[in-house]
Amino acid sequence: MGIYEILFWFLTVMAIGCALGVILSRNPVNSVLFLIATFFAISGHYLLLNAQFLAIVNVIVYAGAIMVLFLFVIMLMNLNADVEPQKSRLVQLAGMIAGGVLFLVVLAALRTATLSSLDKASTDIGLIKNLGRVLFTQYVLPFEISSVLFLSAMIGAIVIGKKE
Amino acid sequence: MPIHYYLFLSMALFSIGIMGTLMRRNAIIIFMCIELMLNAVNLLLVAFSKMYVDTSAQIFVFFIMVVAAAEVAVGLAVIVMMYRKVHSVDINILNRLKH
Repeated sequence: MGIYEILFWFLTVMAIGCALGVILSRNPVNSVLFLIATFFAISGHYLLLNAQFLAIVNVIVYAGAIMVLFLFVIMLMNLNADVEPQKSRLVQLAGMIAGGVLFLVVLAALRTATLSSLDKASTDIGLIKNLGRVLFTQYVLPFEISSVLFLSAMIGAIVIGKKE
Repeated sequence: MPIHYYLFLSMALFSIGIMGTLMRRNAIIIFMCIELMLNAVNLLLVAFSKMYVDTSAQIFVFFIMVVAAAEVAVGLAVIVMMYRKVHSVDINILNRLKH
């Protein structure tokens, strides 16, 4: 068991444990912190998969920008664990069973799938040089359209959040 | 490392996101579970990108992040507006779109 496997299992346990913490903790602020830890674990997985640029972008965009936005909104609302609305036990159990059954079905379906194994050889497709070349030649039109999407999202957020 | 491990890991994260969406009533937590599901899909795309040595999957992950950022901005604005109107983020209060 080399360093690669040890890192893989450590990051896997961290990702799943923190994801469970997100849905099980009563305090919304704790949920946000658990979700940030989950994103860091996923970034570690990206590093193991030779996607260095995506690992950095994941930390900056998700853990840096999006989760700070969540934290700000939670602070604006003054939510506490004691005012946290709870669903009834029956509905919670049904949700748990539904998610678990979905997991089991897909696991059973994919268990015998024949897929080639990931080789340890490191590739350099995740470097920013190669990604940028593909992004600005093959995918330049979706890239430009996404800027329009950002502009409309920004205007939409301002219009929705404005006091009338 | 078999790619099945990554399949199962991202499926577990996706299922946890679905469980959270079904179990919780806080709109912000439900929103965070949607982010978790998006990240599970991203992880699977990156794993397949390494398996097939293809750059396109990572470009798609990049675009998913772009769309998620725009979605979070609009969605949180909607939640803040809802909190301003009804002083709660309980989704059961919003099940009637009248008030």
